[in-house]
Amino acid sequence: MSTASVPLPNWITYGLMPLLNLLVAFFISGLVVWWIGEDPIAALKLLIEGSLGRGDAIGFTLFYATSFIFTGLSVAVAFHAGLFNIGSEGQAYLGGLGAALVALALDHYVPWYVTMPFAVIGAALFGAAWAFIPAWLQAKRGSHIVITTIMFNFIGAALMVYLLVNVLIVPGKMAPETRTFLPGGQLPKLDWLMAWFGLKLGPAPFNVSFLIALVMAFLVWVLIWRTKLGYEMRTLGISPSAAVYAGIPYGRTVIIAMLISGGLAGMMALNPVMGASARLQVEFVGGAGFVGIAVSLMGRSHPLGIVLAALLFGILYQGGADLSFEMPNITREMIVVIQGLVILFAGALEYMFRPAMVHLYQRLRRA
Amino acid sequence: MEFYEIIISILGSTIRLSIPLLFTALAGLFTERAGVFDIGLEGKMLAAAFASACVAYLTGNAWLGLLGGIAVSILFSLIHGFASITNRGNQIVSGVALNFVAAGLTVVLGQAWFGQGGRTPQISGEARFSPITLPFADAMRDVPFIGPLYANVISGNNILTYLAFLAVPITWWVLFRTRFGLRLRAVGENPGAVDTAGISVTWLRYRAVIVAGFLCGFSGAYLSIAQSAAFIKDMSAGKGYIALAALIFAKWKPVPVMFACLLFGFLDAFANFMQGKAVPGIGEVPVQIFQALPYILTCILLAGFIGVARPPKAGGVPYTKER
Repeated sequence: MSTASVPLPNWITYGLMPLLNLLVAFFISGLVVWWIGEDPIAALKLLIEGSLGRGDAIGFTLFYATSFIFTGLSVAVAFHAGLFNIGSEGQAYLGGLGAALVALALDHYVPWYVTMPFAVIGAALFGAAWAFIPAWLQAKRGSHIVITTIMFNFIGAALMVYLLVNVLIVPGKMAPETRTFLPGGQLPKLDWLMAWFGLKLGPAPFNVSFLIALVMAFLVWVLIWRTKLGYEMRTLGISPSAAVYAGIPYGRTVIIAMLISGGLAGMMALNPVMGASARLQVEFVGGAGFVGIAVSLMGRSHPLGIVLAALLFGILYQGGADLSFEMPNITREMIVVIQGLVILFAGALEYMFRPAMVHLYQRLRRA
Repeated sequence: MEFYEIIISILGSTIRLSIPLLFTALAGLFTERAGVFDIGLEGKMLAAAFASACVAYLTGNAWLGLLGGIAVSILFSLIHGFASITNRGNQIVSGVALNFVAAGLTVVLGQAWFGQGGRTPQISGEARFSPITLPFADAMRDVPFIGPLYANVISGNNILTYLAFLAVPITWWVLFRTRFGLRLRAVGENPGAVDTAGISVTWLRYRAVIVAGFLCGFSGAYLSIAQSAAFIKDMSAGKGYIALAALIFAKWKPVPVMFACLLFGFLDAFANFMQGKAVPGIGEVPVQIFQALPYILTCILLAGFIGVARPPKAGGVPYTKER
């Protein structure tokens, strides 16, 4: 008998099964570490110490987590509307352009708290604009959004390299980057927040965009579960034909969902561009857009889950960087492997244990 | 005459740059025609490139290297099949996951085994596929016009290049002239009908992804032990995605796939040639335009402005037998 149609209680579907999938992903990662001749338990200890053991380590962990909250939310919003936005990477890249232009224009004249709202808007607008064409193509011409967003990642990368090498570069300098923003174009660090917990931030670039990310997580929750638009998006995600039958305009909802998704991805740029390096650099996104896919899948597209999953990936990124110093045999790319395994088991194979769970659950209920 | 030599040199590198695209796009053709999206082409190619380089280095035999690449690539295909066919998971998520696993694992294992920052050691001699000089190539070289074309573009490639062009008519024949091909195309359009006829949808789709793994093994081996002489971190550099673009650009048909791959290979070769050169009247054309052009063209095509690109109907939809 098929087990696909047997209902399971929520704590199994949303609690136990994701946990089990995650454990399998980590177990296989451990096997890889063991395979290359290192001790997985020792590696795990180093990873946790390197990400949570000191004040600056926690600062770096939260810095990475900030980026992943933005991109995770971006992927999740599109996902609720049944759209798979692989283009968060490119949208974040373009968002960096928006943030940098605002910072370059205003940093001479105003303090950072005046620049910030404009930078948020600039980053979101540029990110949304980069999502608009794929969204329009999906809504009006029926082109598959997965393919077009992949294409736009590459087009965006080419465009940004061109702009940085030929237009935004500081004349006379070799490095393809903008000039360093003055304090008026930088987002301050959150050392006071760390001080509350008796921790010293040190050199870690943990900054105000973390708070913006948390606000956005809350707003996304309101949008998805407390507004008419969110309801329409979820209906579209579950059944496009039912949505159209209920009078929900397909094209408009797709485009709005993608604009919000692209905007959130674009805001991710605030964190590295204005919060850390204080300039726009080539490839500053560094794969955070793709991590957003893993974060969103692990967090089951719920803002709370996304914040937790982003913290976990922050730990992996910071701890992994530290680990590669301590155990040179384990390179930073180990994080990419873990990321891939998490996407595989928490995403593509999310129902692998379902038949077994159904049998177990039914037997337990009978007993 | 100098102009003609430039054309010959660009054509030569067009061939060399389009071969990995061609193998990979044909691989995608098989899975997508069977209704399984495969974003993981990139990862399969990268994993195969790494495996080929490792095996070729250890055994000193290029053919064993190729076999190693094919084996690893098929293993990746089977994981994709297990996730997206057996477990009916999201095919795109599965492909994205496998791309990450390949990108990470090749460097982690490469560093652990060889300690050269993710590179494999240089390989040479029998461990590589070297250029083959076709008969009379040297004798023909001085014949005007045809001579250089024959000697520098048609001759002087490695065996995988000729296999790639051979794979095109074979793919066409398998897909359009055999029972397997008919069923494979049917399962991508209407799996329910195939199931009703008593043919296993699952097994057909598994065979399609295995063929794709087989072909990606060739493209990976081409990258690491034919075109280069070692595996280098991230050496596929998005070619899997360009191949996917070529597949769409060719509207999921084998012979147009070949021309699309040649076109995208040409753009790449032309971009390399144009780097730092000025066009009279326009000035220096940014190399990024050529890099982005395959993607832009594909988007324009997808938008329906150049004919209609109609994908296989059941593409991306897992098949559920019972209701």
